[in-house]
Amino acid sequence: MKSAVVVLPGLNRDRDMIAALTKISGKAPVTIWQTDTEIPDVDLIVIPGGFSYGDYLRCGAIAARMPVMRAVAEKAAKGVSVIGVCNGFQILVEAGLLPGALMRNSSLKFVCREVKLQVANANTAFTHRYQPGQIIRCPVAHHDGNYFADAGTLARIEGEGQVVFRYAEGTNPNGSINDIAGIVNARGNVLGLMPHPENLIEPAHGGTDGRGLFESVLGSAQRELVDA
Amino acid sequence: MIKARVTVTLKNGVLDPQGKAIEHALDGLGFEGVGQVRQGKVFDIEIEGADKAKAEADLKAMCDKLLANTVIENYSVSIT
Repeated sequence: MKSAVVVLPGLNRDRDMIAALTKISGKAPVTIWQTDTEIPDVDLIVIPGGFSYGDYLRCGAIAARMPVMRAVAEKAAKGVSVIGVCNGFQILVEAGLLPGALMRNSSLKFVCREVKLQVANANTAFTHRYQPGQIIRCPVAHHDGNYFADAGTLARIEGEGQVVFRYAEGTNPNGSINDIAGIVNARGNVLGLMPHPENLIEPAHGGTDGRGLFESVLGSAQRELVDA
Repeated sequence: MIKARVTVTLKNGVLDPQGKAIEHALDGLGFEGVGQVRQGKVFDIEIEGADKAKAEADLKAMCDKLLANTVIENYSVSIT
């Protein structure tokens, strides 16, 4: 699987993401800079977490308007898989590639801890290695993860199975509506989630529950290769 | 030079935890009768030229494209 990681000023999880992708796919991802207007042929583009542009104006707002995001949008429109983690999720909603918005945590506090996630839809390119309804462990670290969507949008994404991960067992760390932790777009090739699966992929992390997400994408990429 | 002020506020029905915290803090300071508090943002923007109609159209485009997230926020533009 060929992958690319978008690197923007202020992101700080890019190295973790590069390490995770390298470890799981066996190939180091290419890195894409904010001013790049073209992205090479890859199966997966990842926007990692951090605090792009200092979270100025709104989290992800400035990054979403950088040239590289037009290139990401073009790739997404062609069906390339895109994952945004944490700030990457905020950037994807600000860029309009995913519905809704991410607001300040209802506690007003930065949360950095482990939560439980329920796999709400195991029938996506990002989750098919998990069991439907499976509960996995995953770390979170954010100040603005409080997912919000208006009633019509919420009904649509719930009805279409676009809610992929929910905070489980009373671990919702941010007040997000319907305990939403991660969603996909209508086409199912763009995923955004607040938790950090890249930080739970090897025993040294204390667990490997995050691997399933990357292995799912890897499996999807290999399947396409076989089909072609 | 045109001077404009853009005000961005949360839409009704969108939870505003920061506004709520300020509301409670005001209450704690002994200000009585404070109802709901909603926090927003103000941008003072200078625009070259004298064409107010064009400036207003540009400012609205700026709000739609960057200054406001219209999923959760409303905006208003005033030119002085």
